Amino acid sequence: MSNKDNWKIWEVFIRSRNGLSHKHVGSLHAPDADMAIKNARDVYTRRSEGISIWVVPSDEITASNPEENEPLFTPADDKVYRHPTFYDIPDEIGHM
Amino acid sequence: MTKEMDMMEQFQQYVDGENKVEPKHWMPEAYRKTLIRQISQHAHSEVVGMLPEANWITRAPSLRRKVALLAKVQDEAGHGLYLYSAAETLAADRKDMIDDLLSGKAKYSSIFNYPTPTWADIGAIGWLVDGAAIANQVMLCRTSYGPYARAMVKICKEESFHQRQGYEIMMTLAKGSPEQKKMAQDALNRWWWPSLMMFGPTDEHSPNSAQSMKWKIKRKSNDELREEFIDKTVPQAEYLNLTIPDKDLKWNEDRQSYDHGEIDWDEFYNVIKGRGKCNKQRMAARNKAHEEGAWVREAANAYAEKQEARKQKQKGAA
Repeated sequence: MSNKDNWKIWEVFIRSRNGLSHKHVGSLHAPDADMAIKNARDVYTRRSEGISIWVVPSDEITASNPEENEPLFTPADDKVYRHPTFYDIPDEIGHM
Repeated sequence: MTKEMDMMEQFQQYVDGENKVEPKHWMPEAYRKTLIRQISQHAHSEVVGMLPEANWITRAPSLRRKVALLAKVQDEAGHGLYLYSAAETLAADRKDMIDDLLSGKAKYSSIFNYPTPTWADIGAIGWLVDGAAIANQVMLCRTSYGPYARAMVKICKEESFHQRQGYEIMMTLAKGSPEQKKMAQDALNRWWWPSLMMFGPTDEHSPNSAQSMKWKIKRKSNDELREEFIDKTVPQAEYLNLTIPDKDLKWNEDRQSYDHGEIDWDEFYNVIKGRGKCNKQRMAARNKAHEEGAWVREAANAYAEKQEARKQKQKGAA
């Protein structure tokens, strides 16, 4: 009974202070979401690293496949016109 | 060239380019296995490492020392968890890893099989054992496997307090009464050599090192790390006015590094094989703690199941 393994893996996200996004910090095991929050507090915020915690079951996350990186991400590489530096504006115009 | 060899070649180039390997990337099976072994042993060491120190929590000489030691031991538990999590990203199962530790199949750092008979040992462990661990872990912050490197960055930040609290204990004792100074010297005598052994066998007797260096899992050799540690630690011992128990320890002007005496590798292999002073005690304590915690795990399971059932029932009613 005690070894029954229903302690699933949770991914932990912490907001370090208001104004910043939650950021992935790691994972842990817990039987349910409440315990996952409590464990996350002990494991990931021992030194005031956070003011808000999100926990998400690991198996609920869908990740992109690194083998598909080429079709997914390279099309953006040759679109320099999406960046402000692509456009020539004279210095006397000032910051734009 | 076969496809497998092609992939291996690409992987090597990728690693040579100082790129980090992430969980979903293709990696050679041996790379994955080496990492699982190394990371889980590292995790076990953090967990077993709590035992020699926990021995002194109730007998710490002041409240200040007690809260620091409690926080340090709690950190070690956290470090174990960061590392188990990193190993899990390689598809290792947490339960298997823990079972292997409890059954004695898995290894952990031999340093924790030495006893802590006096309070000065807590100082020496923080100063020397954590110092040696930090040298190794700072290197591992640049290891090629992303999740391991990230765990190390977090651990290194926290370890620095561990070493400082240990050195502060040593300073207090070394400046104290003659008895206290003797305690400090005695602890240094007992922990010096085992701390040097923490870096592992000499480079010529460390057959797996070359491959680990090639894959950039390790970034420095055992001997390199050991010498760095000695060079850093000797002045710290001098400041304490304590004597490092090595009559061959001598500054080498040419190498700009200390030469040191022969390490007793028989002792090292003996402790690894289970014949250290505390191997049995540590495993017994770890197993006892695991068994005594069984009801907590059971209760948490039962509560989670009950909550889930209640939720389902409410859904059904709605």
